[in-house]
Amino acid sequence: MNGDGTAAPRLRLTYRDAVREAIRDALTRDERVFLMGEDVGRYGGCYAVSKGLLAEFGEDRIRDTPLSESAFVGAGIGAALNGMRPIVEVMTVNFSLLALDQIVNNAATIPHMSGGQFAVPLVIRMATGSGRQLAAQHSHSLEGWYAHIPGLKILAPATLEDARGMLWTAIEDPNPVLIFENVQLYDMEGELPADAGPVDITRAAIRREGKHASVVTFGGSVPKAVAAAETLAGEGVDVEVVDLRSLRPLDDATIMASVAKTHRVLVVDEGWRSGGLSAEVSARINEQVFYELDAPVARLAGVEVPIPYPKHLEDASVPQADTIAAALREMVGRR
Amino acid sequence: MTGTDEKVHLTREHCLDLLRQMVRIRRFEEKCAELYSGQKIRGFLHLYIGEEAVAAGTMQALKPDDAVVATYREHGHALARGLAMGPVMAEMYGKVNGASRGRGGSMHIFDRGKRFLGGNAIVGGGLPLAVGLALADKMQGRDRVTACFFGEGAVAEGEFHESLNLAALWKLPVLFLCENNLYAMGTALDRSESQTDIHLKAASYNLPSRQVDGMDVVAVEGAAREAAASVRRGAGPFFLEFRTYRFRAHSMFDAQLYREKEEVEQWKENDPIPRFADWAQQADLLHPADKEAIEASVQAELAEAVAFAEAGAWEPVEDLQKFVTMDEVPA
Ligand SMILES: Cc1ncc(C[n+]2csc(CCOP(=O)(O)OP(=O)(O)O)c2C)c(N)n1
Repeated sequence: MNGDGTAAPRLRLTYRDAVREAIRDALTRDERVFLMGEDVGRYGGCYAVSKGLLAEFGEDRIRDTPLSESAFVGAGIGAALNGMRPIVEVMTVNFSLLALDQIVNNAATIPHMSGGQFAVPLVIRMATGSGRQLAAQHSHSLEGWYAHIPGLKILAPATLEDARGMLWTAIEDPNPVLIFENVQLYDMEGELPADAGPVDITRAAIRREGKHASVVTFGGSVPKAVAAAETLAGEGVDVEVVDLRSLRPLDDATIMASVAKTHRVLVVDEGWRSGGLSAEVSARINEQVFYELDAPVARLAGVEVPIPYPKHLEDASVPQADTIAAALREMVGRR
Repeated sequence: MTGTDEKVHLTREHCLDLLRQMVRIRRFEEKCAELYSGQKIRGFLHLYIGEEAVAAGTMQALKPDDAVVATYREHGHALARGLAMGPVMAEMYGKVNGASRGRGGSMHIFDRGKRFLGGNAIVGGGLPLAVGLALADKMQGRDRVTACFFGEGAVAEGEFHESLNLAALWKLPVLFLCENNLYAMGTALDRSESQTDIHLKAASYNLPSRQVDGMDVVAVEGAAREAAASVRRGAGPFFLEFRTYRFRAHSMFDAQLYREKEEVEQWKENDPIPRFADWAQQADLLHPADKEAIEASVQAELAEAVAFAEAGAWEPVEDLQKFVTMDEVPA
């Protein structure tokens, strides 16, 4: 709403545009913010997220880096330790493995290990997930790994509103925040109010209300879960979709409230099943609301395989709307 | 005398200070070894004995608002940077009155006030951080230098190369200070590097690079002052390789099978402390009584530091998770 009580005009845009708007907004709000990463400037970002920002903000604040993930992620940590508010872009989660030392051994440890003398107010954005036929070194979902690390905060914006709103809140957070942008979402189109702004980054969100079963998921699987829920609605089954939004810390309260309401839950995760985020969510549900359950917690996760190139195999490797629907049918069939 | 002067001024006072800094480190380290045997200090303990001239000399070239990033062999750097001995010793003990609340121990000394940012136990892991600290200074137009210490073992790590390249490419105010003590644990330099002249390797990144006798505190200080002045002029990073030697084992778990006793003895003849003290005495800058006075005052400081550590409390277990995430960025 505007000050005069009228609703702000709505803009049509993609998820990619929303992330770009978020970065532009952050650069405008705070002089300490800058964007740094491989090909973020002249090239415009490997997923075209930062296209145009170089012309607008200049080379000092839109910094192309050499191919050296460890050095520029570490430099982001150092700059954050020294008064800046860097946004570091890593092209994809697979490449972030070359910077694991800096993320896990430095960003996540220094505040605690220094006895609280130093904070690392840093944001690292990276693309994640499959769906673009990029094969086994560009398609993985390793959010769950990062969510294992105390000292980090992990976000998975799944909507335009979150793509637009999470970044600024993350920048204001005194901790290292990793934002995972699922590559299947970049082209997603929708509308946002022209004055859309920062959003909370601590709570899970109910994307669709329902009473017969809950799907708990995040990132690229959220639209698929909503589509599956729509399908089941046509079959008389009313499915609630919980979007985790924050993978670390997890918002247990929202998850448990949904389970307590529907008594059946399917956890959907594009990442691998063994030792993954779906295992963590499932364990928490069993620990906290076991007696609310009318059926065992079900999981639908990525097939345990390096993601292959051919489309039919890639599609078969991760949860899809139809496999989510099938898993839900099986679960409610036990009613 | 610390600061931005490009030349070393060897006044009597300055000589006293250099000697005192080296003796402080030496006696502190010897005490740590003793306390380790007494199980007051646990975990890994990497002593700096033999290398004191590097920390004592380089710190002379830094101003209070410069930053220091060091390794797990950093007690000497912390002391030479001006951290009080008490909190450094208490950190060794793991007590809450330690520099890092006792959480880091020997390898992770931090001090916000002294801009001492660890204490990094990942070989090569501090270099990217130093680049970022310097980047922030450059972007904010602050006239500061970030001094980054590391051993020659780090030269084989990718982070070394990535960081030198980035710092040189962006002309960042980093002073890269390589302490080449010829061994990375048990691996001699020529068993791990195709090019053993490390300063040449660094020079390939198009930054000024020198090799310095790391056993000569005056040479160290002179090189550090010149390098720091160049960095302050905005000429970008500078690389110094200090040829030095650790007299003791790598850590407390090291039988030193990889080197000959004679080699160690030979290097000990070049011990930076007597070398400097004798020279200064011959030059009439120090008097024989000075050494005793320094020893006595260092012993007193050390006794106080040990008492401080002994008297320290253990952090309450209830605070175990404090600062895993921060509520605010410390001002
Ligand atoms: C990334 C990494 N690999 C291995 C080790 C184990 N390690 C600890 S110290 C060390 C030797 C390092 O030698 P150098 O850099 O020359 O420093 P020095 O110990 O001689 O001061 C090794 C291999 C480590 N701490 N970090």
